[in-house]
Amino acid sequence: MSALRESLGFLTSRLRQVGIFVALILIVLLFQVLTDGILLQPQNVTNLVVQNSYILILAIGMVMVIIAGHIDLSVGSIAGFIGAVSGVMIVHWGWAWWIAIPACLLVGALVGAWQGYWIAYVGIPAFIVTLAGMLIFRGLTLITLKNQQITPFPDELRALGGGFLPDISGGTSMLEWLTVILGVGGTAAILFQSIKERRVRRKFNLENEPMAWFATKTAFIAVLMLTITFLLASYRGTPIVLIVLAVLVIAYSALMSNSIFGRHTYAIGGNLHAAELSGIKTKAVTFRLFVNMGVLAALAGLVFTARLNSAQPAGGTGFELDSIAAAFIGGAAVQGGIGTVAGAMIGGLIMGVLNNGMSILGLGTDYQQLIKGLVLLLAVGFDIFNKNRSGGGSTIAKRFKWKTAPSDSAEEPRPAAKTPAAVAAVAKPAEAQPVGAVENP
Amino acid sequence: MNVPILQMRGITKTFPGVKALQDVTLDVNRGEVHAICGENGAGKSTLMKVLSGVYPHNTFDGDILFENEPCDFSTISDSEKRGIVIIHQELALSPYLSIAENIFLGNELASRGWVDWRKTNLEAAKLLARVGLSENPVTPIQHISVGKQQLVEIAKALSKEVKLLILDEPTAALNDEDSGHLLDLILHLKGQGVTSIIISHKLNEIRKVADAVTIIRDGRTIETLRLDQGQITQERIIRGMVGRDLESLYPDRTPSIGEEVLRIEDWTVQHPQDHSRTVVHNASLNVRKGEVVGLAGLMGAGRTELAMSVFGRTYGRAVSGKVFKHGQEINTSTVSEAIRHGIAYATEDRKHYGLNLIEDIKRNVSMAALRKLAKRGWVDGNEETIVANRYRTSMNIKAPSVAAITGKLSGGNQQKVVLSKWMFSDPDVLILDEPTRGIDVGAKFEIYTIIAELAAEGKAVIVISSELPELLGICDRIYTLSAGHITGEVPIAEATQESLMHYMTQEKE
Repeated sequence: MSALRESLGFLTSRLRQVGIFVALILIVLLFQVLTDGILLQPQNVTNLVVQNSYILILAIGMVMVIIAGHIDLSVGSIAGFIGAVSGVMIVHWGWAWWIAIPACLLVGALVGAWQGYWIAYVGIPAFIVTLAGMLIFRGLTLITLKNQQITPFPDELRALGGGFLPDISGGTSMLEWLTVILGVGGTAAILFQSIKERRVRRKFNLENEPMAWFATKTAFIAVLMLTITFLLASYRGTPIVLIVLAVLVIAYSALMSNSIFGRHTYAIGGNLHAAELSGIKTKAVTFRLFVNMGVLAALAGLVFTARLNSAQPAGGTGFELDSIAAAFIGGAAVQGGIGTVAGAMIGGLIMGVLNNGMSILGLGTDYQQLIKGLVLLLAVGFDIFNKNRSGGGSTIAKRFKWKTAPSDSAEEPRPAAKTPAAVAAVAKPAEAQPVGAVENP
Repeated sequence: MNVPILQMRGITKTFPGVKALQDVTLDVNRGEVHAICGENGAGKSTLMKVLSGVYPHNTFDGDILFENEPCDFSTISDSEKRGIVIIHQELALSPYLSIAENIFLGNELASRGWVDWRKTNLEAAKLLARVGLSENPVTPIQHISVGKQQLVEIAKALSKEVKLLILDEPTAALNDEDSGHLLDLILHLKGQGVTSIIISHKLNEIRKVADAVTIIRDGRTIETLRLDQGQITQERIIRGMVGRDLESLYPDRTPSIGEEVLRIEDWTVQHPQDHSRTVVHNASLNVRKGEVVGLAGLMGAGRTELAMSVFGRTYGRAVSGKVFKHGQEINTSTVSEAIRHGIAYATEDRKHYGLNLIEDIKRNVSMAALRKLAKRGWVDGNEETIVANRYRTSMNIKAPSVAAITGKLSGGNQQKVVLSKWMFSDPDVLILDEPTRGIDVGAKFEIYTIIAELAAEGKAVIVISSELPELLGICDRIYTLSAGHITGEVPIAEATQESLMHYMTQEKE
């Protein structure tokens, strides 16, 4: 059956994207079994979303920074610092939440600008600047809080961390209807959008994704969305932070794929020199990326503080590691230039499900850390292995180009030639039609 | 004389899905210089990797006899033990280690695990003398020129008691002078009994040193030409490589030259690190509408440095001088300013400075002028695809679609992507730095045609090239640079390789 073979050939060429998808499903199933079904209970799914929201918010900014070829180790400290600042503003000074939140985001932007200045304009590696930032902002957190927690926060702010959209049926029905409407509407929008995009790709002959795989993938996403909708709706409805997160994911995905800023970010990470020589203002882009990271870290700090209902000296510790791990598990390349916001979200969910599942099982943080570490190592190791096999990464393989074979450019590349190994291994080609391995970014 | 040292019989190397080599035969006689010719991708490098053990003996079919004994190498060190040493196109030297350390890298002169520095440096000095390099063996590699580094590689090969030396495009990164030295050295080593295999694109070099030429095309041996039978001629080699006769290597064009577009005056540039060195001295030049102007110079003459310092100060420091466009002085101090004033610079090093190799064709094409495709900061992806498809067709970029990753294209197609990128930025002046480096004969002709078309459209084109015949073939006027000075300005009618070389080697006070 050629459709099946075609799909399999395509899947091998997209091992990474498919792999992470499958990994998430397997991990969910594994913990669903191990926890006797607790993992996917409505209340736990809601918890899962709320608990991971701040890591996911950080992961959005982090994957952008990583795509540009940098790293940010300071986000946990910045989140903690902004938590402290919000405590002072709201609890001590009595500012209204609608003044305090923008003010906190502004402080986050300033923090990001501070780091961005050293990285982009002075030229100190991001690793060093943000390592310093990790210490600086942890120190400032402790100074701001005078080593004591600030609590309690007003309900309006707490809603950001633990609140839900209002129940329009007044709590009388089995399912919370606003959530159902949002979920079904969102699913429909995603379906519509992916079909539209596929149609455009077909029109320009860029499509190499077999119909079978496209259908499976889209159907799976729809089912997943609807399941989550159902689970959320049968508990307390849509967490407010989920709406915030959804808006951010949509906006930043669009920004990264369709805006000049996003394109320039990929260009810088892919080849800094080529970007510079193409007139891209690489320093300005880098600077803005860190300002953006600061704002998102501030938002994560607010959500975290709101959820705990207290600003704590140790707040945000270790967030940087979880968000970096999310980005890399989600397929971002260590060298930069590759990665997506959506991938980072899936990476973040994998980490989240691991955390949540192991906590339910009663595993201590000792084993949790051990396992998360191994997962990160395996995910990136798989990446590197895959890349070497396909010749994208190793310097020796780079010497080879691909072999040519007569092929009609409109024709869908044959699966056999599509495995990256075929392309890589083959030595220099003549100037003829290359076969296969066309990837959509 | 005709004693075979190496016989390769029926070599077939298959990669998943493709045959890279099919039944290749190669006979090399002891003490000869044997050239291997072929277009990019013909299988030359694969063949050499088979020979040197990069591909272990059980991964290909066929037999290799070296000094009449069968070879079954599993690693490079197996072949090195038998005296077969390969020097790759990209040198494998460690920049921070000394010349002597590099020569004995992996092969240290040591007793009980401790390096004997006295002996190392002494032996290194002897080897350097053999390759005619007068440098102190303790000098770090990064402080000597690429030409000298190449000689260090050969010294390293000699330290391994080489019998068969394989050089993969040894002169690709060298200027004419260094190339000359290298070729002389190969002949000198031949006198000492070292057999060499040299892979080269440069036919004049082959004619200078080769006793025999084996031509490979599409993974097959086409023929072996021998000097003593009078078979080595440029026409015959080219015919064998491309499988067709090239009537004219350059497209015909009738220049129609208009008014001056760009003028550079008193341009002076200092070396970015070494403040005592002035790389470009008071250079002045101009280029007119519809004109192709050549910039000729030996390696280190300052051609690329001149171009890059004009293009947004991307090279050098303390840049002084003036740039005029249509008679108005313009500011080109950043790349985006230069692009805004209609200047484009296509780099000599497309992999490091020209392309985002992990991105596809369309995103590379749009990279320098993304704003043309965007409204309020948002890029129109459909328009981008349409534009990229237009260039794929007009430039004849061979790829399945514009979503193909540029890192996987051949050199010629990559160069076309770079040119497309700059054409899309719609410049008035294009500076093309070594536009045909590392690409094969057929693709070169296409690039020349594109340059001719650009000029015909009224663009002003500056071409920097190390290949004099190329400049003579496509330019209307040629400037020569020597040690940072413009030493000559020659109209094409008066230019010959000899006259240009005269200016290029001229010292100016």
